[in-house]
Amino acid sequence: METSSNPSVFLLTVNGQIEGANFPDYDSLYCKYCYVYGHDWAPTTGLEEGITQITSKSTQSHRLIWNFPLEITFKSTNPSGWPQLVVSVYGPDVFGNDVVRGYGATHIPFTPGQHTRTIPMFVPEPTWRLQKFTGWLLGRRPEYTDPKVVAQGEGREVTRVRSQGFVTVSFHIMTKDMKKMGYDAGPSSPSAVQSEAQSYVK
Amino acid sequence: EAEGSDEDPGETLRRTFRAQRQRRKKKSKGESLQQQEASEVSAEPVSRLQRLKNRDTVTRFDREQVVKDLPTAEEAFNFFTFNYEPEPPSQQEGTSRKRQKRRERVEKDKGEDSQEEAEVEEDAESEDAPLVRNEDDLFAIDHSPQDFVEMRKAEYVAYRKRVQRDRELLFTPSFRTPTSVKLPENMKPRFLEDEGLYVGERPPVSLTNENILENRILKMSEGNKWFGDDGKVIALPDPIKESSTRPPLFHMEGDLDPALQTVYRKALKSKYANLYIAGAADPEGDYQLDVDVSGLIFSHHPLFSREHVLASRLAQLYDQHLSRQHNNLTGHLTDKLNGLRNALRNMMKIHGEQGSSEALRQRISEYSLEVNTRQLRDTEQEKDRTLLRSVIKVWKEIKALREFQKFTNTPFKLYLRENVDRASDERDYEGEILAEVLELEAESEGEYQKKLAEYKKQLEDWKLWRRKQKKKKKKKGLAQEDTEEEDQDQDESESEGPFEEGPAKPQPPERPDVDSMEQWVREKASRIRRKPGEAILIPELSASGSITASELCPAEIARREDVSRRSLFIKILYNDKEVSRTDSRSLSADFRVHFGQIFNLKIINCPHSINLQVFEEVGSSCSLLAQVFVPVPDPSVVTGSAPIEEFEFSSNQRVMFDHEGVGVPLSFESDGSNRLTLLTSGKLSCCVSWGIGEEGVPLAPPVSQQPGGTHGRWHLDAVSYIGASGLYDMKKIGEWATQSRLDPNDPKNTSIMQLVASSGEVTAPDYFRLEHLQEEFNFVTDEELERSKRFRLLRLRNQEAPEFRNYKFVPLLEREVSDKVFQDYEKRLKDGEIIDTREHLDPHRALVAKYLQKIRESVINRFILAKHFYQLSDLVTEEEIPSIRILGINLFKLAESKRPLKPQRKERKKVTAQNLSDGDIKLLINVIRAHNIPIRKPLGQSALQGSDWYLSQVQVRPFVEVSFQRTVLQTTTADGPNPSWNEELQLPFAPNGDYSTSSLQSVKDEVFINIFDEVLYETGPGGKERGTSIHTQIEKHWLGSVKIPFSTVYSQSKIDGAFKVNTPAVLLGYSREHGGSSSVYDQWRSTHGGTFLRLFLTIEPQLVPGESVREKQFDSQEDERLLQAAEKFEKEAAQGFPDRPCITTVTDLSGKTVFITRYVRPLNPPQEFLDAFPNNPQEATVARFVSLIPSLPDQVSFSGTCDLWSTCDQFLTLLAGDEEEHAVLLCNYFLFLGKRAWLVIGTAIPEQGTTVYVLTHEQSGYFIWNPSSGQFYNKDDAFCPLQTVGCLVNADNVWYNVQENPSPLNTNFDITKSNMWKPFFSRSFSHPGLSSVQPEELVYRPVDRAAAAELQDVEKILKEKIMEWRPRHPTRWNRYCNTTLKQFLPKLEQSRGQDVAEGHRLELQNLLGDYRIAGFPLHLPFSEIRPIIEAVHSTGVHNIHSANVEFALAVYVHPYPNNVLSVWVYLASLVRT
Repeated sequence: METSSNPSVFLLTVNGQIEGANFPDYDSLYCKYCYVYGHDWAPTTGLEEGITQITSKSTQSHRLIWNFPLEITFKSTNPSGWPQLVVSVYGPDVFGNDVVRGYGATHIPFTPGQHTRTIPMFVPEPTWRLQKFTGWLLGRRPEYTDPKVVAQGEGREVTRVRSQGFVTVSFHIMTKDMKKMGYDAGPSSPSAVQSEAQSYVK
Repeated sequence: EAEGSDEDPGETLRRTFRAQRQRRKKKSKGESLQQQEASEVSAEPVSRLQRLKNRDTVTRFDREQVVKDLPTAEEAFNFFTFNYEPEPPSQQEGTSRKRQKRRERVEKDKGEDSQEEAEVEEDAESEDAPLVRNEDDLFAIDHSPQDFVEMRKAEYVAYRKRVQRDRELLFTPSFRTPTSVKLPENMKPRFLEDEGLYVGERPPVSLTNENILENRILKMSEGNKWFGDDGKVIALPDPIKESSTRPPLFHMEGDLDPALQTVYRKALKSKYANLYIAGAADPEGDYQLDVDVSGLIFSHHPLFSREHVLASRLAQLYDQHLSRQHNNLTGHLTDKLNGLRNALRNMMKIHGEQGSSEALRQRISEYSLEVNTRQLRDTEQEKDRTLLRSVIKVWKEIKALREFQKFTNTPFKLYLRENVDRASDERDYEGEILAEVLELEAESEGEYQKKLAEYKKQLEDWKLWRRKQKKKKKKKGLAQEDTEEEDQDQDESESEGPFEEGPAKPQPPERPDVDSMEQWVREKASRIRRKPGEAILIPELSASGSITASELCPAEIARREDVSRRSLFIKILYNDKEVSRTDSRSLSADFRVHFGQIFNLKIINCPHSINLQVFEEVGSSCSLLAQVFVPVPDPSVVTGSAPIEEFEFSSNQRVMFDHEGVGVPLSFESDGSNRLTLLTSGKLSCCVSWGIGEEGVPLAPPVSQQPGGTHGRWHLDAVSYIGASGLYDMKKIGEWATQSRLDPNDPKNTSIMQLVASSGEVTAPDYFRLEHLQEEFNFVTDEELERSKRFRLLRLRNQEAPEFRNYKFVPLLEREVSDKVFQDYEKRLKDGEIIDTREHLDPHRALVAKYLQKIRESVINRFILAKHFYQLSDLVTEEEIPSIRILGINLFKLAESKRPLKPQRKERKKVTAQNLSDGDIKLLINVIRAHNIPIRKPLGQSALQGSDWYLSQVQVRPFVEVSFQRTVLQTTTADGPNPSWNEELQLPFAPNGDYSTSSLQSVKDEVFINIFDEVLYETGPGGKERGTSIHTQIEKHWLGSVKIPFSTVYSQSKIDGAFKVNTPAVLLGYSREHGGSSSVYDQWRSTHGGTFLRLFLTIEPQLVPGESVREKQFDSQEDERLLQAAEKFEKEAAQGFPDRPCITTVTDLSGKTVFITRYVRPLNPPQEFLDAFPNNPQEATVARFVSLIPSLPDQVSFSGTCDLWSTCDQFLTLLAGDEEEHAVLLCNYFLFLGKRAWLVIGTAIPEQGTTVYVLTHEQSGYFIWNPSSGQFYNKDDAFCPLQTVGCLVNADNVWYNVQENPSPLNTNFDITKSNMWKPFFSRSFSHPGLSSVQPEELVYRPVDRAAAAELQDVEKILKEKIMEWRPRHPTRWNRYCNTTLKQFLPKLEQSRGQDVAEGHRLELQNLLGDYRIAGFPLHLPFSEIRPIIEAVHSTGVHNIHSANVEFALAVYVHPYPNNVLSVWVYLASLVRT
């Protein structure tokens, strides 16, 4: 084991949950998640991928609640390729076919502390109108070959997407040895509260 | 009243109040606590109001009404119980109006007096009392739903009230904020602009927005920091430039007349103009003339007033005076004079009068001559004095003029300073005069002496002459007369003139008159010099006087206005061409114009003239005033060292004005005596010099280039540019900047201020940088960055260098990066040149291997590049638009039975590589059955005994062994030559932990499927157990093998078919002839076909095969039209018959797309073949030659599913290639041999997937050649490995098979039939005459027997290996057998492995006697040693463990031209029986 005074990796622990989503038009959705990270990262413990239960909207609230826990620890030597959480939401369409309802990704927050992220979701658009129709009819919407595509910038220019809804994820981040390695992610400042600009004027 | 529902005012009040509070609470969530408090405070009056409002009946207004007709109890009862039908609207209206009024009133009354309020309340109670009493009963009577629903009027709050209320709640940020709020306490706003500092222009923001912003900021914490000292929001200067930096784009195409289209012509250099080229070393040398036009001063201008004329005259005179003073010629001359005098005096003193030698006298006279500098001095002095006098005179005139006209027009003032020391002055003056008189005396004395001497001489002469005369007279005779005469002579010499007769009697010279001389000197002195005691006048001209303002001198106004209208500019003409012009500057009142512009002229032409034209502008018209020809400077005159010169100019224009302006020409008497005619004139100060390039090189043409006559005329004083630094004098600029007090905030001055900064120490950087702050951002120097191992690692990984492409966990710290990491990489880089021959025995092949490696790398790099280009299909999976047919099928499917009787294979779900882990992937091999396995031959002599033996004897007990990645599995043993196993074998697959597509693609491992015969031998058990037990020993004899590369399985995802087993030409102890079978078909098949093994291979789970690199992305040199046609052709073909391959364009080794027909061209096979078999059919030979070139699938070599087609010469150099290279070479050979041959693109069984065969047409029919094996099949052969025929290719065209059945058996190869073959080039798109990419001729290296002999070492290596594989058993080699086997091999090579009968075995049997022999020759094309070893290992010969086994091994390498080697390995095991 390495001595704690002389570490060669730093650790990033992510606890949190996929709290829920806001898809106004759809119901009975489930969510898949996975992480995308660079070469210098490796998960040490925890689930790298997961799939949530199917949840339906209640009559009171229009939110979809999953409350699906996330728990993973990464070790890394290089902040480049910081892990990203990729979520994709699926659900049945009119005919009962399982179709994708949204893709989205967010970086795991850098700073220790609690964070909430609202991930805007989108789906790729069919190239043709006709394809849109047949896709709707046959229940085969365009999908990304790999959901991890949304975590990278390369090649996205060839796609067209439509925005679709939001997924809310909360994170509790812990890091170890980051500062020792010379990476100062800064304190999680409570200054966010301050920025509540008094919006008197509409 | 309609207030029936108003049950309890208090209750309502409470309710409304609550609701209001709730509402407010909601609203106030975002508001500060303070405001909430405020609202609560304000709620108090509001509530009271509410109360009042709800109690409708209680207002004074109503009361009056009530008083007027107070309802009785009955009326009231009626009123409440009566069910009114539709309420009269008028009443409602009335009430509402009433209410409104009331409300207004309430507002008015609010806070007016509490007394009234109290009264009101009292009234209310009294009003309500009777109603309330009955209330319960009333409601009990009729409970309509309305009773429970509270009906209320929409709340209306009067506008003013609302405004008032809003004011309390809302914050309107658009009001003006006072400055004091925005500044810290006790601070006054400070306006930098007023202090003269540059603050820049603020970007325009509307006042409202600014107010909003300011108010918002003020509410923020630390809001004050946003305000500057002037109480305004801090803002950067407006960054928007007034003019756009990008010129507007005009789209010309489209709406332009085609006739007006611009045509691009390359710019041509005019040879005529380019005079520098002649003789100049570098014609490209750029020369630069810097023309600095600093300004101009008019010495006369038509707009001069009279005073100006005088003033300019004064200035001129003063300038003259100054320059004279500066030169101080008088002083110089005086000094010189004094020096000479001293020298003369000294000389006299030393030598005295007497000892004056001739030389000395000479010197003295010279000095005396020098002394006439006195006269020079005198003239100078005179000039000085007149100048001074005229200065004073002009000044007096000016004064008089000013006095006269009562205003001043020029700022000039002349001061005369006096400087007098009377005593010394007098002394000097007298001394000077005395000295001069003395000198003059001495001079005249000397003159006199000289004259006297001359006179004497003349007199002598004269006397002599006279004497002669007298002698003549003497003859007449008077001696007395003689003496008399002499005396007379003496007299005459004193007084009388010359003699009239003969030579005149010389006159004695006159004595100089000292007195008159002195007189003259004094006169002169008084004229040219100051009188003693007179003040030394030193004039000082200053321009400090004030000019009378225009208002005070009405006469002047017109002139001055005219002046202000004038402006001037200067055109610069270079070689009579205008190259530039200065800005137009207005003429100042003192008739000076400052331009201060420097023009850099980049010149090509030889400079002939530089002309500055002065133009004067009045309004919009401009006229040429004057031209100034500036000489072309010397090449040595460079910018920075050249001083600014003043050039005078004048114009002959005639202008007269009706105002005070004097006009031109002006006749002018400066001092009464001489008349001057003044023309417009002035001085232009400018400087022309050669520019300085980098490193201080002057951008001047070489000196030898003598440009023209103007050149040598003008030379600068050498002294003036000694010490020229060659660069701009930065120090001076710095001084100037500090002196002129530049505004440091003005962005225009930033560059200068930067220079001036840092304590005035001005250093100019001698370089230019675009990002001059770059260094500040570098946290480490470039060298250090280069040295960093970690950074290097990261960089290499980013570049996707093969060693680091998937490198994980780059250590965080520099020290943790070990140097070992780079070793491989560096070694590879280093090995690029060094060829390691150890692995390859054969240096040529080593070379080729390196070359192949290089190509691979370049292609891989290309792929890596191409991989980063994405198409939609790479990212998004999308359903194709289904055609009606597919839709119909889908509909039909719904009606399908759930469990069909003949189930079809379902597509498995493909698994992407990232979901895999070790052990997940398995290779499934279904060994179904085999046909026609060789059977054992009876042992010994007893073998040939007929059918009873045959029946009793086991023919063969074959089993299949599969080995992959050193995992070996085998099936059960079956019986007979046509066994059926139907067994599934699962082999684990471990691609070293890397499941990425690229790594899977590059797995080179092959699946070896070997058929063995299990042979049981009874070995005699030793000793006493002989009777009771049997020991059997199992031996396995290799019968044949099938090799399938993993890459094929991976790319095809499943392989299904009957594979031809690669059996050795000779199998000792086995025969193919199935003795027992009598069927003709079997007979035919056994001789013809060989052994077949039916297999099904796949990978579980199904992996996504690597994405095919889109070849279309490669660039091409083909015509675009051809490429489009090819794409269309392929697309149509794929639509029509998706299972038939069609190839029209291929990728060559450089990664370019090439049309396929370019590969086909007749090429010569090695000459040896043609010579060796002149009559024989040579096809078989060349086919064998081709098949001997090792096969190397492109997928393996180029780790991507991309076929690269190399040309034949490349192929022969590389000596490795895919089937297409083999096919192309074979086809080209056949064409050379005069056959009709085509490439067949189709699918075949062993290759699985698109492959290329060769089709030939002979008399006897069509033949299909397998280029990799060299075997040929008749078109009708059922065992032909070719399964489908996609298209045919020859040099002219590509034909696509559009026949019903694509199998060669059913294909008609008559390509002329267009209903069967669709040609690529047709009448509509004819063959464009594509040239071949193949060379014209192939050059072969001759057979290298020495290399072949060297390769015989393989034998030794193999023997060592076999011994190594048998670690626990002794390996004995039967030498005798070895040599025998060796003899067989060349024969085998000659017969190409065919037609060898059972000779070997019999021969061996005869030789060896009682040995059980099992053996076979292996034949391999040579590429490396490793495959040979693998092949030997896979036969499992070494696994025979019986005690008395002996081995025999022989290797024969047969060389073919071009280093193609055929390797034979004969292996045999011998067991003594």
